[in-house]
Amino acid sequence: MTLITNIRLIDPEAGTDTPGWLRIEGDTIAETGTGTPPAAKTVIDGRGKCLAPGIVDIGVKIGEPGDRHKESFRSAGRAAAAGGVTTIVTRPDTAPAIDTPEVLEFVTRRAREDTPVRIKPMAALTKGREGREMVEIGFLLDAGAVAFSDVDRVTENTKVLSRCMTYARSLGALIIAHPQDPGLSSGAAVTSGKFASLRGLPAVTPMAERMALDRDMALVEMTGVKYHADQITTARALPALERAKANGLDVTAGVSIHHLTLNEFDVGDYRTFFKFKPPLRSEDDRVALVQAVASGLIDVICSMHTPQDEESKRLPFEEAASGAVGLETLLPAALRLYHSGDLDLPTLFRALSLNPSRRLGLETGRLSAGAPADLVLFDPEAPFVMNRHELRSKSKNTPYDGARMQGKVLATFVSGRQVFGD
Amino acid sequence: MTFTQKHLLGIEPLHPIEIAAVLDLADTYVDLNRRSDKRSDTLAGLTQINMFFENSTRTQASFELAGKRLGADVMNMAMQASSIKKGETLIDTALTLNAMHPDLLVVRHPHSGAVNLLAEKVNCAVLNAGDGKHEHPTQALLDALTIRRAKGRLHRLNIAICGDIAHSRVARSNIILLGKMENRIRLVGPPTLMPVQIDQFGVEVYDDMAEGLKDVDVVMMLRLQRERMDGGFIPSEREYYHRYGLDAEKLAHAKDDAIVMHPGPMNRGVEIDGTIADDINRSVIQEQVEMGVAVRMAAMDLLARNLRASREEKGVMA
Repeated sequence: MTLITNIRLIDPEAGTDTPGWLRIEGDTIAETGTGTPPAAKTVIDGRGKCLAPGIVDIGVKIGEPGDRHKESFRSAGRAAAAGGVTTIVTRPDTAPAIDTPEVLEFVTRRAREDTPVRIKPMAALTKGREGREMVEIGFLLDAGAVAFSDVDRVTENTKVLSRCMTYARSLGALIIAHPQDPGLSSGAAVTSGKFASLRGLPAVTPMAERMALDRDMALVEMTGVKYHADQITTARALPALERAKANGLDVTAGVSIHHLTLNEFDVGDYRTFFKFKPPLRSEDDRVALVQAVASGLIDVICSMHTPQDEESKRLPFEEAASGAVGLETLLPAALRLYHSGDLDLPTLFRALSLNPSRRLGLETGRLSAGAPADLVLFDPEAPFVMNRHELRSKSKNTPYDGARMQGKVLATFVSGRQVFGD
Repeated sequence: MTFTQKHLLGIEPLHPIEIAAVLDLADTYVDLNRRSDKRSDTLAGLTQINMFFENSTRTQASFELAGKRLGADVMNMAMQASSIKKGETLIDTALTLNAMHPDLLVVRHPHSGAVNLLAEKVNCAVLNAGDGKHEHPTQALLDALTIRRAKGRLHRLNIAICGDIAHSRVARSNIILLGKMENRIRLVGPPTLMPVQIDQFGVEVYDDMAEGLKDVDVVMMLRLQRERMDGGFIPSEREYYHRYGLDAEKLAHAKDDAIVMHPGPMNRGVEIDGTIADDINRSVIQEQVEMGVAVRMAAMDLLARNLRASREEKGVMA
């Protein structure tokens, strides 16, 4: 039995930020309270810092199988624990893709052996992520897949996609899609506009996202499937999302922390650590996205953790690989939105922990009695300068290198067991 | 020292005073080049390497000649035929070359920003000879010199840049340079060949040649690349010529003394009528080629001065 006292309880379910204590019994939260805490065998003094439900990060790329030199379950697990991420939802865009129960079994075994945090795998939606034949959705669900996604490959053939959705609907499976019109976005490295024109880089119009979302919403309306958009990154797509939700479709959406904290101009002098898919957007888009998270229109904030080695980033911008590591930087970057006054902490953790848990049907993400004791204790104020070489990920490709940040994880608990911190 | 740059990667980082410094020095090299004894020993002892990752005859020849006239040891590397094909990365190629201690590196690359990346990794002065759709600074400087000599000034002119703006690094560098020198710039071309939000760069955008050329002092035509001609960006070569090709009728909308420019190589009968290109009263296309050598001499001279100065500071060179 462990008692954490002298803390700010960040409860995203109740939407509260109150001083108090929390008692852990075995692997679950036994009770929380204010005032005088009960006696306990192990007492941790929280020294007035914040305790929140551990982060559930949807869409983490781990290089197993295929790219273990970029990230392994061991390195990702350590990075997650240090970042306050208690559940990693892994992506199936590995080599080979996670598209059979056998490959999924390999992943879950490796995860069990090497990681201190929970791993929930996603599976591909179509075989080889090729957009032609659906995977064994039923078998994969039985093997533990929490969602189905071809990640950044858009299923161009609407007949194939509608069949996948119809079949998934019958099993109650969640589909995670990447709304991006494949024609308009092919070859693009940045968002079209003044910056792209100045730099002479191939660009995609922000309209490509809305077009794809509109298409997907029509298919969701037709099939009734549970649908999550991995990243909504433009202001133009928000009304389509709002409409779909108002019409009662079972739709949610995420956004990466990079699109909430950076904009297209951060690419500057062709800095490839700022190359993302979809690309960074305008400042107007960024502001609209932050507001959408505050209002709850966008449900989930994720890191879109994408490890890339130095070789794949040290190239001319057009040729360089996309994505950034994010497990360790997700919380301090998200706290920028707290320090800027845009989001309070309960709202932030609604998007980081509660909503992703709910969407995947997990018990985590809450501070209530009976919930799993997956917790993060952090100091939202502690300042530091990010040094990418100190990251625990095997790959060091973070856009925040050298950035001044605020917010440090002091301790991370998974199932009541401390996996990070002194 | 008015020219303070370490590299010439683009027009964007240049101050108007630096642009004027290059042009002033280039004027003196125009005179040198017209003499029968053209040799100078300004760059004697320095090594210039031309690295062209994209085919070029004219620009490469111009840089080679510029270096040789200033007494540099010039080496050409046809990068398409070499290590890149063997899978070597741009950075490794740069580091390999850097180990050979070049002093001036002239680079052309098909990707925007590639020359900036390379410049970070080497100890010599880097000149951008065109990177993707980004910049082609020496072309803009030679265009500026041509205009200044023909018009007697490089400010308060109405200048129309016509054709495929979207894919043109020449257009980008010219828009930036002519803007910095306070000219009024018009871009004329079909909307499919116009960069997004280009109107925010302080230029006026037209899709009609007659309107766009009205009362301009300078008409700058751009080359339409073959691969853009069939259906993708414009319906056909002949429709393009009809609507955007520069002929006497369209040129009549410009001022009577307007000059006609083209960075070459020209597609006669596509973007420009042959008789206009050859009209010695209007066309300055041959002068542009001449100014190209002079401007490149000036740019390399200025960069070499800064390079020598910084090395002396560090005590690397005696």
